Amino acid sequence: MNRRDFNQLLSMGAAGIMIPSLPAFSRSVSPEALLEPGLDVAVKKRLADAALNAAKSMGATYADVRIGRYLNQFVLTRENKVQGIINSESFGVGIRVIVNGCWGFASVGDARNESVVAQAAKTAVSIAKANARLLTEPVQLAPQKGYGEVSWKAPIKRNAFEVPVKEKVDLLLSCNAAAMQNGANFVNNVLFQVNEQKYFASTDGTYADQDIHRIGPSFTVTAVDPQNGKFSTRNSLSSPMGMGYDYLQVNPSDKQTGVTTRYNKGYDMLEDITLAAKQAKEKLSAKSVEAGKYDLVLDPSHLWLTIHESVGHPLELDRVLGYEANYAGTSFATLDKWESKNFNYGSKEVNLVADKTQQYSLGAVGWDDEGVKTKKWDLVKDGILVNYQAIRDQVHIIGEKESQGCCYADNWSSVQFQRMANVSLEAGKTPLSVENMIKDVKKGIYIIGDGSFSIDQQRYNFQFGGQLFYEIKDGQIVGMLKDVAYQANTREFWNSCVAVCDQSDYRLGGAFNDGKGQPSQSSAVSHGSATARFNGVNVINTARKI
Amino acid sequence: MAILTKEEAKKIVDKVLAYSKADEMSVSLNGNRTGNIRYARNSVSTSGESDNLSLAVTAVYGKRSGTATINEFDDASLEKTVRRAEEIAKLAPENPEYMPMLGPQTYLETGTYSESTAKIDPEFRAKAAFDSIDPCKKKNLTAAGYMEDTTGFACIGNSKGLFGYNRSTGVDFSITVRTADGLGSGYANPDVNDVSKLNTKATTEIAMQKALASASARALEPGKYTVILEPTASVELLQNMMRSMDARNADEGRSFLSKKGGGTRLGEKLFDERVTFISDPMNAELPLSPFGGGGGGGGQGRFGGGGGDGLPQEKRTWIENGVVKNMYYSRYWADKKGVKPIPAPGGFIMLGGTQSLADLIKSTDKGILVTRFWYIRAVDPQTQLYTGLTRDGTFYIENGQIKFPIKNFRFNESPVIMLNNVEALGKPVRAGGNLIPPMKIRDFTFTSLSDAV
Repeated sequence: MNRRDFNQLLSMGAAGIMIPSLPAFSRSVSPEALLEPGLDVAVKKRLADAALNAAKSMGATYADVRIGRYLNQFVLTRENKVQGIINSESFGVGIRVIVNGCWGFASVGDARNESVVAQAAKTAVSIAKANARLLTEPVQLAPQKGYGEVSWKAPIKRNAFEVPVKEKVDLLLSCNAAAMQNGANFVNNVLFQVNEQKYFASTDGTYADQDIHRIGPSFTVTAVDPQNGKFSTRNSLSSPMGMGYDYLQVNPSDKQTGVTTRYNKGYDMLEDITLAAKQAKEKLSAKSVEAGKYDLVLDPSHLWLTIHESVGHPLELDRVLGYEANYAGTSFATLDKWESKNFNYGSKEVNLVADKTQQYSLGAVGWDDEGVKTKKWDLVKDGILVNYQAIRDQVHIIGEKESQGCCYADNWSSVQFQRMANVSLEAGKTPLSVENMIKDVKKGIYIIGDGSFSIDQQRYNFQFGGQLFYEIKDGQIVGMLKDVAYQANTREFWNSCVAVCDQSDYRLGGAFNDGKGQPSQSSAVSHGSATARFNGVNVINTARKI
Repeated sequence: MAILTKEEAKKIVDKVLAYSKADEMSVSLNGNRTGNIRYARNSVSTSGESDNLSLAVTAVYGKRSGTATINEFDDASLEKTVRRAEEIAKLAPENPEYMPMLGPQTYLETGTYSESTAKIDPEFRAKAAFDSIDPCKKKNLTAAGYMEDTTGFACIGNSKGLFGYNRSTGVDFSITVRTADGLGSGYANPDVNDVSKLNTKATTEIAMQKALASASARALEPGKYTVILEPTASVELLQNMMRSMDARNADEGRSFLSKKGGGTRLGEKLFDERVTFISDPMNAELPLSPFGGGGGGGGQGRFGGGGGDGLPQEKRTWIENGVVKNMYYSRYWADKKGVKPIPAPGGFIMLGGTQSLADLIKSTDKGILVTRFWYIRAVDPQTQLYTGLTRDGTFYIENGQIKFPIKNFRFNESPVIMLNNVEALGKPVRAGGNLIPPMKIRDFTFTSLSDAV
């Protein structure tokens, strides 16, 4: 399921796909099966060594093995009904080799003994040998030290799979009831949970055992005005997180209060859905925006998606080089702009970082899918483009000696490739609250939550909607707006950034299903920021009559 | 092993059903073999092949259902899977919208299978990629492309005597060609079940022509223009609208087909009178699965996506001379409304005329030829307003001729408005699993310019 299908699933648009099909190569299991331990780490090492030895003996100059167990659970509800509970498990091994300077990859499901894994290694070698005949650029793999036997575990306090399904159903249905009591006509509410148990081994001598957890609560509340034949929706202001069920523990210090409550590391679904029901209703009679230039004040629950599309994607080196030309596209941020060392991606306020270590983020791991210890690095420093996101077979192109550690495969059956790290806008260094930021705005719009999004294939021109829009006049919020979308050019937009609030307002947003590659793979990634102000952005009115 | 015959599949389905102790049981058995080859920068980057055969069993007690899946087929494994589905069902919460399973159905014999596609092997894929890369290399152009072929079968059965089996093949080939200076880009994406109808060299040459012709584009002011939309451009907008024809959403007041004051707009004229959409699984150019396509609201996924609810697909008219004639009704919603359930089609046919794309261009005084749209996203589901951009070749037309390439535009437009502004419709061709005419539309709304190539 790619990101778009996933978004469609979570919206009310196409009721026919409300029940997702199982992820590829996975089986439906009971909730209890999600708690069964996977293979013992000693067994995984034995399997990995069998594959590595087989690959080496057949001429591989490099090999890596990923033994993956992927567990998912969906709890799907609408109003007072449970529409479905889906538990799935997928287990298998993917082996990647370099032979004669060329990559080869093979995978095998349910591989529990050495001979099956060794056979898959042999297949990977034969594919590499066949492809080597068409090779034009031999792989240049950045050297990587071996780390020995290491492990990493997501910092969860409560494993979501240990929480009884009934507790989750009760939470969702009680929240749905609150929405209905507060004016909603319909509510779709979904809880998605992931556990990736990944074991990586390579001929460099790293054996990394990792346990990754993610959770994503998400709802859409709909209010209908049958007399006028109109409806409006408000989606949750939650974010998918690299956390356990602890994300659903209510904690006052994780709340930002204001025109509506926004959440950090603890999400109060009951409060948010109650507000959502009232706001969906309020939207029906809100003032339709007058098109024109506005100063935009963008909340992190909205800005993450703009960062994702206009910074995360164009700074992926494989896109810059043309490897995604037939699908996701290329990039305006070409190598000459980076080489110039003076390309103003944004204003001086703009510092954008890539970070695979960020706590509670969706992309956080200890080691990436080619054994590189994860790190944090600058992409845009004081407004200037300084770096890209690259992996072991690319970093020589940008003069780096070691990979940035952002290689990822979405399943044991998929080949790993360069994926977006968590890319975030750093908070401002000068103390600045949202209230003080708004006080200075004469004619502006305060946007909360992510909505419609679209950007061209080189990431110049974009258009974004949102969930909540508030009109700012002479430093005051004067009321709700609707039919708002803004259009801008990436470089102009980031150069119009005049202020970013301080660290106390910093929060993560993100997506589970960022799609890239053919066949398409999905990746989960977070984007952090504090509320930021952008001056003179073009806003259009999206109301139409049909 | 992955592609079972009807007899082999039925034997397994019958065996599974014989183990059932549940009130109702359904089985979905699916197998497919998928191969692919990907290239970029005029060089093959990845290729692979995979086989998958899997069985999903759904057990039902009252209104509680549970599904278990497996890919081993010995008797012990099959029985274990049945027991597991039954255990999961007993613990599942009740689904108040559960509908009892269908009894025996009659399915059409459609031509979704092609032997030539089923025979594709790694050498064939390598040759297809070479035929695409080679002409580009010779003209100093850069090719990035992808071919994926699938051969599969779907078999469904249940304890009430329903049984269905269908084999199908498909090939997806897409190619992007860019000029060396990065100022021109062209694309082609033919759509076939039978690979003997695909020529990667000829397809690549179309993309090459577009790449060369689109270089050094000029900027036009955004605004309302007469456009000629190639089917590759319009397909996604039309598909999005057709996917929004669910009756439940309309009855609930949250669809473009919701009526002011309540109810749906079934029977109302919403489009130009030349607009007619049908679906027909027996169409020789667009054969579709005789079951599945499912959807229509609250689809309980009983056949794991392989069979929908098991409702048969048949020829249906959705929009006739601009009037909404049919909407999708899930079995639950149809029962509640006292009407016949109607599954969403697997693909649709928009009727057109006899004119070619060239004829449409010839008859245009001033206009814009759009060959592709990209990154289309919903802006407002109420009005079916979508935004997106032109890509890979956009051209200005004057006095019946293509005059020069133009820079890409962002649009904000609704297919409902678009289909009220029809100037002319050409001869339908396959695009994205549908049959769509090239069309000339007046007052199409472009809202900003993009520098992207």
